[in-house]
Amino acid sequence: MVNTKVSLCSLELDNPIIPASGTFGFGYEFAEIYDINVLGSFSFKGTTLEPRFGNPTPRIAECTSGMINSVGLQNPGVDKVISEELPKLKKCFNKKVIANVGGFSLEEYTTVCEKLDKEEQVGILEVNISCPNVHNGGMSFGTDPQMAYKVTKAVKDVCKKPVIIKLSPNVTDIVSIAKACEDAGADGISLINTLLGMRINLKTKKPVIANKMGGFSGSAIFPVAVRMVYQVYDAVKIPVVGMGGVTSAKDVIEMMLAGATAVQVGAANLIDPMACKTIIEDLPLEMEKYGIKSLNDIIGGAH
Amino acid sequence: MLQSIFTINENVKIAKDVMKINLSGDTSHITKSGQFVNIKIDGLFLRRPISVCDVEGNILTLIYKIVGEGTEKMANMPEGTKLDILTGLGNGYDLSLSGDKPLLVGGGVGVPPMYYLCRLLVKEGKKPSVILGFNSKDDVFYEEEFKKLSGDVRVATADGSYGIKGFVTDALEAIDYTHFYSCGPEPMLKALSDKTITSGQLSFEERMGCGFGACMGCSCKTKYGNKRICKDGPVLIKEEIIW
Repeated sequence: MVNTKVSLCSLELDNPIIPASGTFGFGYEFAEIYDINVLGSFSFKGTTLEPRFGNPTPRIAECTSGMINSVGLQNPGVDKVISEELPKLKKCFNKKVIANVGGFSLEEYTTVCEKLDKEEQVGILEVNISCPNVHNGGMSFGTDPQMAYKVTKAVKDVCKKPVIIKLSPNVTDIVSIAKACEDAGADGISLINTLLGMRINLKTKKPVIANKMGGFSGSAIFPVAVRMVYQVYDAVKIPVVGMGGVTSAKDVIEMMLAGATAVQVGAANLIDPMACKTIIEDLPLEMEKYGIKSLNDIIGGAH
Repeated sequence: MLQSIFTINENVKIAKDVMKINLSGDTSHITKSGQFVNIKIDGLFLRRPISVCDVEGNILTLIYKIVGEGTEKMANMPEGTKLDILTGLGNGYDLSLSGDKPLLVGGGVGVPPMYYLCRLLVKEGKKPSVILGFNSKDDVFYEEEFKKLSGDVRVATADGSYGIKGFVTDALEAIDYTHFYSCGPEPMLKALSDKTITSGQLSFEERMGCGFGACMGCSCKTKYGNKRICKDGPVLIKEEIIW
């Protein structure tokens, strides 16, 4: 028997598979078709202080081996997430969840994190400082080490639970941002968020996405994600959660060899709603194939 | 929602750039007319959402227009091809609001979902009137199929090359209806919504990521709050729509 258990920031996970925020809603759509308790955990829809509709539509575009989205953090706002979504989620998921938080100011981050930190279902807070869809704020926190430090510190000061900072890959030096977060007290780093991308419709000769640009995700970005996870693992001592284009159990193993303690699956959920379940079922077989007895032993194995 | 494999029995051209595909598989999750399926096509990342034209037993019929890479690939698929399809997507039409004399209006590729709806309404003993709108004579399909179900089927073409000259709204005259159902391009839905005197249900299109409510890619604002076209729609009630 192989061992798929990993420990992420004091949270014991049956396996390292975590659906990524924004691709799994609050879980119920998937709970309709499989028991989502097989997941290691999951990161719920990015939550902000106020309810948000997000960006104008169309906000989805097809790409080779991927897609672009510019949803723009649509969510019902933190109070409704706590009063409506979390109780509903509790009925179909009995493990701890990762609360994904978005924000446009330090105050917003701290207010939302403080509220979610008090929720019993929440095991870890994942702070998105990297959403490329939002015009003001979101981007700058994740692209500047000083701002990344400030937001991490501010959130850590108000939270008792572990805080993971989710980084944008749209930077020249990912390592300096990751280190700034670690210095500010982050308990972990997750990466990569989507890459800024664009498609143009040849018939209309205009961008496909109403907001012109959006976040590129899907299997096409996997090598970029592996590279950045590898770099960040080398530079920090806190655990790294790897994501970006993961679609198979093989990808999970590769991501862990690069340095990931746990692995998030994003766009794959949208085209194959059973993707995470399939990966979890395939993992033991793939591990045996590569002579891996415990996933915990291979974290950062490629270094 | 169910993810399962369907097999193509037939995939034939029925009008200019319009194909009819007949598939066998598990249709048990298709519970209402106006729902859609989401088809995985080899070599393309996103699935392709297509509205259900008819369901009978384990046979699913879809009608699609060749508009891009996905539908082009589909049009070339031979009999026997296996397709990974998500079924049972979308809210579908509410038949309980129809009254005795519902009006069904379909425009272009908005025509197919009207067929299954029409069949279900007739089965319930209702007397539907049907208006089908197309651009031109070469685009017309399913007129005969509808005539087998309803004694009042009107076809309108924008260029006047077949049937009534003009838009579906030009074919409304002297129809006595209790409720309307529609699917088609947004300008058609808007014109219809303005001209109709009863409540109605309108089916919308939007670019989708997942098709089952997870990604929030296809959201729209309504008077009753934000809705996901794929999950809370594609059918919206006339009164809730913000044009």
